[in-house]
Amino acid sequence: MNILYVIKRNSEMKAGLIITCLFIVLALIAPYIAPYGVYDTDPSSILKPPSFTHLFGTDEMGRDLFSLNLYALKFTLLVGILSAVISSTIGLFMGILSGYFSGILDWLITRVVDFLISIPAIVLMIVMGSVFSSGVLSIILIIAILSWAPIARVIRSIVLSVKELPFVQAAKALGASDLWIIRKHILPSVLPMTLVLTILSIPNAIFSYAALVFMGVGSVEELNLGTILYYAYVSGSLSSGRWWYFIPPGLILVTLAIGIMLVGRALERELNPRLRESKPEPI
Amino acid sequence: MFRLLPGDPISLMFRDLRLNKDQVDYLMRVFGLDKPLWEQYFIYIINALRGNLGISFYYKQPVSGILIERLVNTLILLIPSTICLILLGVVTGSISAWKKNNFIDKFISGFSLVLYTLPTYWLGGLLIILSIYFLRLPVTGMYNYGVQYSGLIDKIADLLTHMLLPFVTLTLVSYGSFTMITRSALVDISTEDFVKASYAIGYSEKRIFMRVLLKNVSLPILSMSAIAIGTSVAGAVLTETVFAWPGVGRLIYDAVMNRDYPLLQGSFLIISISVVLANTIADLLYGILDPRVRTGGQ
Repeated sequence: MNILYVIKRNSEMKAGLIITCLFIVLALIAPYIAPYGVYDTDPSSILKPPSFTHLFGTDEMGRDLFSLNLYALKFTLLVGILSAVISSTIGLFMGILSGYFSGILDWLITRVVDFLISIPAIVLMIVMGSVFSSGVLSIILIIAILSWAPIARVIRSIVLSVKELPFVQAAKALGASDLWIIRKHILPSVLPMTLVLTILSIPNAIFSYAALVFMGVGSVEELNLGTILYYAYVSGSLSSGRWWYFIPPGLILVTLAIGIMLVGRALERELNPRLRESKPEPI
Repeated sequence: MFRLLPGDPISLMFRDLRLNKDQVDYLMRVFGLDKPLWEQYFIYIINALRGNLGISFYYKQPVSGILIERLVNTLILLIPSTICLILLGVVTGSISAWKKNNFIDKFISGFSLVLYTLPTYWLGGLLIILSIYFLRLPVTGMYNYGVQYSGLIDKIADLLTHMLLPFVTLTLVSYGSFTMITRSALVDISTEDFVKASYAIGYSEKRIFMRVLLKNVSLPILSMSAIAIGTSVAGAVLTETVFAWPGVGRLIYDAVMNRDYPLLQGSFLIISISVVLANTIADLLYGILDPRVRTGGQ
């Protein structure tokens, strides 16, 4: 499949890619294009509305919010992508384990998945985040550990159906080891879906991270969009109507998420045309 | 798990230099903090089963009492908004599926996608800012401070004005996903054979939609409602925090801030129980509505 051809044909993919790439590039070149530094405080212009010198206005320490939003992109994207990758790796592993080897292991993993799906994840994240250390790494791990369940469920159902296909059965009859079958037959059939699920879980991870920081869990040292929202809330910018402090970070979050989601959904349709006709399995 | 937190609850709870060693030891004994961890856990479970969730380190009151009071406040907010979002979601989702690929459908789908991605607390904040500029609605708490009410109606009116913004936030946040789910369930069902058969019989478009499609889509919608309750609870935690609504969600935020383990444990327990309960009810209803999943007669 020619990637360029697919991108050209699929307008959703095109729009999503443009948005996503724009933000990634902005995050990378932020230090070069930001007009002010993160620590450039200016006591003479505190909490000023947007103007030509400060495009997004200034915060309560006189910092330029436009620059802060640019710098914040880096950790937002980094944490989002890393936790999505880790969580889908866990999900892939668990899904194959529980789908391929039935029995007690399958039962156990399915129960854990059921539990994790039914409990509102953000509540558990807040609790865990306040219990464990609040570094970025532990936040990434917490988000990953609490969001692999839906991925594992999808992977498991694919593995269950692939396992019964004739060529897998034939390989088994010829005496192939489980590991070989998983590597040669199972893995190739679930990897495309895993890629899609990874991309689709990036927005969730980004939102979870921002929500955690906003709720005061996790360190505010690594500047991300959640940090700006947190400071906007703590400094009382909501009740005094300072919209330039609170609205831009959220708009960036939403645009970014929609961009990534468009890419994921378009990819899902391209990689698996059968999906369009598939019916939901009775629960 | 909560005891892994750094910081000693006793030193937080009684920040008083007048306490000597003996008194600290006595307090440790009263709260059972001198026993090994596994024994503390065991005692906690036994007590929890009896309805005793311990004493809050911060409020110095029984956790169960605080929780019940806060739970009522949360439910005042949560129940109307969940009902409202399910009804609205089904209606707009149906319209969207009926006018498939029409501009109405495109508009509704786009709108739901945007709502679905909006972070709860940001939407809440947005509404607060808008209300500051245009509506002048109260944005924090449940009631005005220090107001003497002339009667019950006054009090309810005050409650309702305070409730409006959190209610709208909570409804809108889950409404988008519910609309999308309803639409996709309806679109999926419309490719089934029995729908084609209905067309072949010559039923009118309207009759097929009302009698055939909506009837069959009620099952997926039911199971999605259980999930919607879970997301609403999660949304409630964030919404209550933004609007300082004194419910269980705000309680979690405060408990995290005050390092109040018994309260945190209790709040989490009550949220888990209510979500599991909602799921169980949905499962049972599912069994009543759909004979295929009844497994009793094997």
